Amino acid sequence: MKLYLPNSANLQNVEGFFRRFSPEDPTTLSFQMHPRYVHLHPAALAMAACLGEVAHSNGARVKGRVRRVRSLPYLVRMGLFGHVRLDPRLEISGHEEAGRFIPLTQIRSNEDLRTAIVDVIPLLHADPEIANPIRYLFSELVRNVLEHARSPVGAFVCAQYYRNSERLSIGVADAGIGIRASLAQHHRVTSAVEAIALALQPGISGATGRIGGNESNAGAGLFFTKGIARLSRNYFIIYSDDCLFKLLRGPEGREPVLHTHPSDDPHWFTTGLPEWRGTVVGIDISVAPGTSFSSLLTEINKAYSLDVKKRKKAYYKMIQFAK
Amino acid sequence: MTVLIKESTSDFAEDKDAAAKIRDEQIRPAIRRGEEVTLDFTGVSLTTQSFVHALVSDVIRNQGEGILKQLTFKGCNREVKGLVKTVVQYSLETLDEN
Repeated sequence: MKLYLPNSANLQNVEGFFRRFSPEDPTTLSFQMHPRYVHLHPAALAMAACLGEVAHSNGARVKGRVRRVRSLPYLVRMGLFGHVRLDPRLEISGHEEAGRFIPLTQIRSNEDLRTAIVDVIPLLHADPEIANPIRYLFSELVRNVLEHARSPVGAFVCAQYYRNSERLSIGVADAGIGIRASLAQHHRVTSAVEAIALALQPGISGATGRIGGNESNAGAGLFFTKGIARLSRNYFIIYSDDCLFKLLRGPEGREPVLHTHPSDDPHWFTTGLPEWRGTVVGIDISVAPGTSFSSLLTEINKAYSLDVKKRKKAYYKMIQFAK
Repeated sequence: MTVLIKESTSDFAEDKDAAAKIRDEQIRPAIRRGEEVTLDFTGVSLTTQSFVHALVSDVIRNQGEGILKQLTFKGCNREVKGLVKTVVQYSLETLDEN
C-alpha cells in the first residue's frame, strides 16, 4: 500500500491525493510526503489515518519517514502519525491551535460516538452555529459507518475550522464494504457511480429495499449532508471503490437549489481511481455570521421528496405541536 | 402520557438506540392502550433526522395518518419542528408503497 501526503489536498483538488494512494501489496505501507509543505483536508487526513490503522491491523511493515515540513506541528497535533505508526520526531508543547480543530478520532461503537459528541466536539470552543453542524454531521455520518460499513477499524473523523474564511471542514473515513456492496444487499446497482448516485437520494437505505427506509434507517443521512454543502454553496465529496463524487459550488450570483437526484446538482464523477475498500466523505460548510444552521435544515426539509407515486398530501399540516 | 426526550438523550438528541427504546417501551404500548402521547422535546436544542425517524416513523406507518390525532410534539424549536414535519410527511407518503 502507498500513502503520499501532497502539498495540497483540499476538496477542490483532492483527486490528486486519491490518485497517489495505492491499495496494492497489503504487506507494506509505503509512506511519502511533500518535502516542503503539506495541507490536507480533514477527509484526506481521516483516510490517511484509516489506511494506517488498516495496515497496522494487517501486520503491514511501514516504510518511509516523516519530513520536517512547516506544517508538521499541525499534522502531529491532528494525531496522524500515531495511526500511521511513524515517529514524527517532534514534541508538541504549545497549544496555539487549540480551539480550531478536532483531532483525528477513531470511533468503533455507539458509546465511542456518544463520548466523541460530548467530549471531543467541545474542543472546538465554538458557538452553536459552528458546533451544531459538526454535531449533526458527526452523528449522521458516523452512524452510517457503524450501521452499514462493517469497517474493521471503525470510523475516523476530524474537523478544522478556518476562522479567516469562516469555513468548517469535516472528514469521515472507514475501511468497510463500501457504498456499492452496502446498497447491493437490497438494491440493483451495477457500478460504484450508480451506487453513490442512489445513496445520495433521499429514502434509499442499505438496510432495506423499501423507499423511505425501515423502522431504524431512513436513508436520508447522505442527502442531508449533501444538502448542507449545497445550500451553503460548498464542496462535498464521496469516494468509495474506484469512484469519486464531487458536489461543486455552482455558479455565483444564483441562489443554490438542492435537488433530490445528485445528477441535477452541479457535480462530477471521477472513475478509475485506486480502489478504496470503504468510504471517505468530506464536506465544507460556511459558518459566517448570518448563516444559520436551522435555516439550512429548513431548506433541506423543503427539498426532501421521495420518488413515490402516491398523491402528495400535506400530512405535516396535521401534526399537533404544543408549546 | 408524556415522554421527556431529553431525559433519555441530552440537549442533542441523536442516539437512535435511545429513540428505539422510547418507541418500543413507551410510545407503542401507550398507542396500543389508546392513550394520547406527548413527545416533549423541551431542552433539546438539536436532533437529527435519523433520531426522529427511529422515534416515530414506524409507528406512523403502522397506524396511518389517524395516529397524528394521538401524538403531540411539545417544546420543539425550529430545527426539531422541521425535522418532525419531514419525517411525518415521508412516513405517510410511503405508507402504501413497496
